[in-house]
Formats: sequence, C-alpha cells, structure tokens
Amino acid sequence: MLSAPLVVLLQPRGLAWAGATVAALASFAIALALTIAVLDGQPQVYAMGGWPAPYGIALGVDAFSALVLLVVTGAGAASLLAARPSIDQQIEQERQPLFYSAWLLGLAGLVGIVVSADAFNIFVFMEISSLASYILIAGGPDRRALPAVFKYLIMGTIGATFYLIGVGLIYMMTGTLNLADMEARIGDVVDMNPILVAAGFITIGLALKAAVFPLHVWLPNAYTQAPHMVTVFLAACATKVALYVLIRFDYLVFQAKLADHEVQFALFAMPLAILGILVASAVAMFEGNLKRLLATSSVAQIGYILLGASFVSQAGLSASVMHIFNHALAKGGLFLAVACLAYHYRDLRLDQLGGAAARMPWTCAALVVCGFSLIGIPGTAGFISKWLLISAALESGPWGWGLVAVILVSSLMAVVYIWRIVEAVYFRAAVEGDSQPAEAPLQLLLVTWLVALLNIFFGLFPGVPLELANSTATLLAGFAS
Amino acid sequence: MIFVFALFLLTLLVITALAIVHTENLFVAVMLTSIFSLLMAANFFILDAADVALTEAAVGAGVTTVIFLSALALTGEREKPRVGGRNIALVTVGILALLIIYATFDKPRLGDPNAPVHQHVAPWYLEKTPEYMGFPNVVTAVLSSFRGYDTLGEVFVVFAACIGVLFILGVRPPRESLEPRDESSGLRHHLIPQVVGRLLVPFIVLFGLYVQFHGEYGPGGGFQAGAIIATGVILYALLEGEAEALRAVPRSVLLGMVIGGAMLFGSVGVVCMLMGGAFLDYSVLAADPVWGQQLGILIIEAGVGMAVCGALLSIFHAFAARESLS
Repeated sequence: MLSAPLVVLLQPRGLAWAGATVAALASFAIALALTIAVLDGQPQVYAMGGWPAPYGIALGVDAFSALVLLVVTGAGAASLLAARPSIDQQIEQERQPLFYSAWLLGLAGLVGIVVSADAFNIFVFMEISSLASYILIAGGPDRRALPAVFKYLIMGTIGATFYLIGVGLIYMMTGTLNLADMEARIGDVVDMNPILVAAGFITIGLALKAAVFPLHVWLPNAYTQAPHMVTVFLAACATKVALYVLIRFDYLVFQAKLADHEVQFALFAMPLAILGILVASAVAMFEGNLKRLLATSSVAQIGYILLGASFVSQAGLSASVMHIFNHALAKGGLFLAVACLAYHYRDLRLDQLGGAAARMPWTCAALVVCGFSLIGIPGTAGFISKWLLISAALESGPWGWGLVAVILVSSLMAVVYIWRIVEAVYFRAAVEGDSQPAEAPLQLLLVTWLVALLNIFFGLFPGVPLELANSTATLLAGFAS
Repeated sequence: MIFVFALFLLTLLVITALAIVHTENLFVAVMLTSIFSLLMAANFFILDAADVALTEAAVGAGVTTVIFLSALALTGEREKPRVGGRNIALVTVGILALLIIYATFDKPRLGDPNAPVHQHVAPWYLEKTPEYMGFPNVVTAVLSSFRGYDTLGEVFVVFAACIGVLFILGVRPPRESLEPRDESSGLRHHLIPQVVGRLLVPFIVLFGLYVQFHGEYGPGGGFQAGAIIATGVILYALLEGEAEALRAVPRSVLLGMVIGGAMLFGSVGVVCMLMGGAFLDYSVLAADPVWGQQLGILIIEAGVGMAVCGALLSIFHAFAARESLS
C-alpha cells in the first residue's frame, strides 16, 4: 500500500518517456488508493525495515499528506503524459533518458518528503528532489538556464543547510528525529535557546525553499528558463511541498509546545504573506514575458497559502490547504497551455503573441479557463479557496477587513495581468503574416483540457479536496490549541 | 592533552577557512579545502567518530579535490574580481554565527552521559545491535538497517548527482578522446610518481575492499570503500592517461555500476517485502534473523560501494572528456 515512493524509486533507469510515464501513473494510482483509505478514517503508517518508530524510520500518511500527495503525483503524471512532444522539441534525443530519469527522481523525492514522518529522512529526500530539479531546469534550451539554475542551486542549498542545522539542534536537545516523538519530547526543553534558534533556522530554511516573499528571487528566473513541461511540473508542486513541510513542522512540533509560538508565527508570516501578494502581483502586471509573468504570480499565490496558515485558525488552515490544491490545478493548467503556445511561438513575450487565438483556438480557450480559476471567478476552483480565505480573514479579528481588502485588491491585479494575456492572444493583430490554424499536438492539448475541465469541476463540486482540507485543519489546529 | 590538540586543530581549521575565503587563486583554494577536510577528519577522529572521519578523509580530502581540480582545468585559475555585496554577506554570516553561539549556551556539555542524545534512542541501538545483528559496529547497524531507508535515499542522491553531471556535460565522449593520447598526458613522463603510484594502486584498491567488507567490525562500509576505490582508479588514470583507465574500466561499466548499485539496494528491499517482511526488513532473508540481517547488510553495502565508486568515476571522466574537447 505505502510503496508510493518505492515504485518510483525502483525505476532509476527511466529509459524512455514510456517507462517514466507508467511509473508516474502508478504512483498516482497509489496516491489515489491512499487517499481513499485516509478518507475512510484512519491515517496510514508504515515502519521501514520493521523497526519501531523512534528507532527506525516511519512513513505516515494523513489527510494533509494525502492531499499534497495527490497534487504531486497528479502533476507528475499529467505533465509526463503531455511531455513528449514538447520535450522532443527542446532536448536532444540521446540526452532524453537521463532527463526522464532525473524527472522520476524529482517526483520520487517530492513524494518521499510528503510521506515521511522523520525529520532527517525529509532532508534526504529534499536533497534528491532538489538535485533532480536543478538538472531538469538546466535542461532548458537557452544558455541563460545555467545562471538561473546556479542561483537556484545556491539558494536551495542554503535553505536545505538551514533546515539541517535546525534539525541537528533539535536532535541535540531531544535525541530523536521522528516527528511525533519529537513533539512529545520537546516539551521538556521548550525554553532552551537551541530550540528557539532551531525553530528560526527551520522556518527560514523552508521559507527559502518555498520562495516565500523576500526569499523568492530564485523562482522567476528558474521557472522562466526551464523547459516548458518542467515548469508545469515544478510550478504545480515543488514549492508547495516545502510549504507543506513548513506548515507541518511548525504546527505539529513547535506550536504544540512552545509558548506563544503561534503569535510569533503569525507576526512573522502575515506581513510577509501580504507583502508577497501585493508586490508580486504588481510586478506581474508589468511583466512582458508570458512565462515570467505566471512565475511571478506564483510568488503571490504562495503568499495566499501562507496568509491562510498565518491565521492559526481552523478556517484559515483549511483555506490554505485548499489553495495548495487549487493553485496547483490553475497554475499547472496555465503552464500547460503555455507549453502548447510555445510549440509554435518560440518567443513568449506578450507582444509577439498577437493573433494566437485565431491560430490555436483550443489552447487559448484553455488558457482563459485556467486564468479565470487563478483570478477566482465563481464556478472555478480558484473561487472556492479565495472564498474560504476571505471568510477566514473575516473571522480572524478586527484586522479582518483590511486583509479582505488586500485579497480583493490583489485579485483585481490578477484580473489585470490575466487580461493582458487575453488581450495579447485574442485582440492583437498577428505579428507575422502566417495565420494558418495550427494547433498544438493532440497529446499536449488533451491533457491541457483535462486540467482545465478539472478546474471547473472542482469549482462546482469541491467535495473531496474540501473534506481533506477540513480534516487537515482539524488535525493541525487541534495540535496548536 | 587531547583537549589541547583539539583546540590546536580547531584553530587551524578557522585559519584555513579564512584563507579559503581570502585567496583569489582558485587552485590555492582547492588545495586549502583539501587541507580543511583533512583537519576536519582529524577532528572527527578526536571526537571518537571513526566512521565519519574515514568518510571525510576519503571523500572530502581525496575525491572531491580531484574533481575540483579537473573542473579547474576547464576554467581559469583566477577568481573574477567582484564588486560590492561583500559587506551584506559579512553581516549576514556574522548574525548567523552569533545566533548559533547563542544556541550553544544551553547545550549539554560534550560527552555528558545525561545529554538527551544519550538517553533516548542511542542506548536502544547499543543494546540491540549485538542481539539483532551479531556484530559490534553500531554505526554500520544504524546506517544500513535501522535507518537503511535514509541510506537508500543517499545512494539516490549520489545517483542523481551523477545523472546531473552527465546530463549537463553531455554523455557522448568525443571519438578522438578514446584514442591513446600523446606521451605528455597524465604523469607518464615523470618516472618517480609513476613507479611509486603503480606500487600504490593495488594497495589502495585492496584497502578499499577491506573497508568494504570489514564494515561490520571496524569503521567503514560501502560509502567509504567506494570513494577509496574510486581514488585508486583516478590515480591510475592520472598516471597512465585517462584513455588507459577507460580501457580498464569502460564508461558503460561505470554507468552500469551506478544503476546496478542503486537497483541492488532497492531490490533487496523489495525482496524483503516479497518474503513477507517490511521494506528493507532483512530479518526475513534467512531462516535465522541475525543471519538475515548480516546478509542484507552485506548486499546493500556492496550496492552502496558500487554506486558511489561508479558515480565518482563517471563524474571524473565526464570532466576529463570535456577537458580534452576544449
């Protein structure tokens, strides 16, 4: 049952696209099975090597990890399914096996992080996933991908090292690496310096990995320069997994025991989240390159997720977790549509995309649907999480109205930048004379539309993710109070 | 006495670190990092962490330096002059250092038997290792069985790094680099290093094998052994020229070693599952659980050794091939 990471790990050859896709689909199926089991009630636990928990390494899946697991494996499977035509265009034939192999490793790493219940084990899998994603981004067709990757590598390594320092300090004071055990034992040593410093190091390290606002500088370049399909995969899940670890660590280990930690966390996270939302949305409004525009908007969306978490309330958490799911759908769909566009337009600057809607009507329609979901128009998935976020903000106290205003203003900004894309593809005259209809390959288009329809489906029937999000919130908030 | 020596080593460590930051000659910096690793290894040894010391010496001081050097052969020797930014970095690092020092105020005293680390899981490991495994090296037991899943993860980290280097530098070797190169390549024309080196290579490889298979009793195991064997082969490559080394151990064999090693480790886990245990639960491998554990550890250590050695050599050759291209 719990062999999700193993299935993927055992495919290191990744000989070709087919092998990789089958492995990704298998892990998606396992994730689905796990989710159903979790929905039935009990969290799943698996002891590696048959050793009991604090001595060996345990894996655990509860509602929160099930949801993130769905996002990660779903994004992996969908992007790999669609990847073939786009990757064929961007990467030479003989380098492809290595590329797909790195992709699988990245997927396995992310899955490994999500299912792990052991602080050091999370670090190990973080290393796998980050190394693999450096490789994937370096596969970009442009030489400019390399400096972007180098920046990401340095930032990512600093983030991971900070996390490791924090875990080391906690181990020094508690003698355990298992998260649940850590939570139990940290109570005896709460007010000692090492624990406080460790909390700081872990939070900052993971925030760096998750591209929380002032630490986001690596993200736009890396996403812009990566091969298009890699951007789909990473944008849909990479930063969210870091956020997942951050929220989990913070709520389960620190907030449960450290006095006033929830106040400190809110004071730390909320201003950053608000600044991130506003600044990144503003920057996105004036960005000229389509991919970079969407990447910048990702920073703002991470702000929303963090904002929800910073309320330290059940409603806030449930909104935050919901947004992890919905943003993956919306942004994944948008980047898929971008990959379709890129099939015919090498240059993705907005002023080069005139007349694209006439040439690729289906692609552009999918782009619009996912764009609506990103803005949060009623009837799309994005609306659900924005609505939850606003109601959580209203509950959060006297400042609630201000926060609602922030969310509304930034949604208006989203309207502006999505409208700029729509205007470019629909209403601007074609730059070149060539206006023959030329759709993207069917394989790519089908997956794009599948994701776009899912955006609408989960906008109308948000039952399953909402249930998972709610039980996550109960779980985490139960620890916090 | 030990205390004074440790203090001396730590002082040297700080001086070396400052020198690395300060120097603008990259060659000097690489040599200094090698010295840094050696000092670090000595430090670990003083702290009674023999396994870690061995790893640091083999990987940090040995193989990493060689790989840095072969990377250096591709780039210039001098650092580009930088403008600004240093002060911010200095302030950040300063603040972090102060924070960490602040954290150590409440730290349990070094070697304090009442420290939490020694009270919780460690006694269990110490007590159970002889009972479950039947051999004395607890570090090996923890690494390969109790926390075997982490080690599996690390092997895949190495694997990912190897894939990354091959992917970025390109897999295909240029045809002409397979031809034996002229006399000046390697250290061929120096008589003394060649004679001494030829004598050393078999011993290095033999020592590597000893470290590999003696891991249950003394310090060592697959990771260190892989690095040591790789060092031996790299020395051979330096002495005889790279083409000669490639003829002894071809590229495809290396890649096969990396993949095979990682797969071997993973498949042991799956076999354990098929035989009714949990993933990586070696006890089910043989009728007697202690035997099963030993067998499992032996196989996965071999897998780790293969993967590490293969990955290091592939990376070295990838750099070397690139070098002969330019």
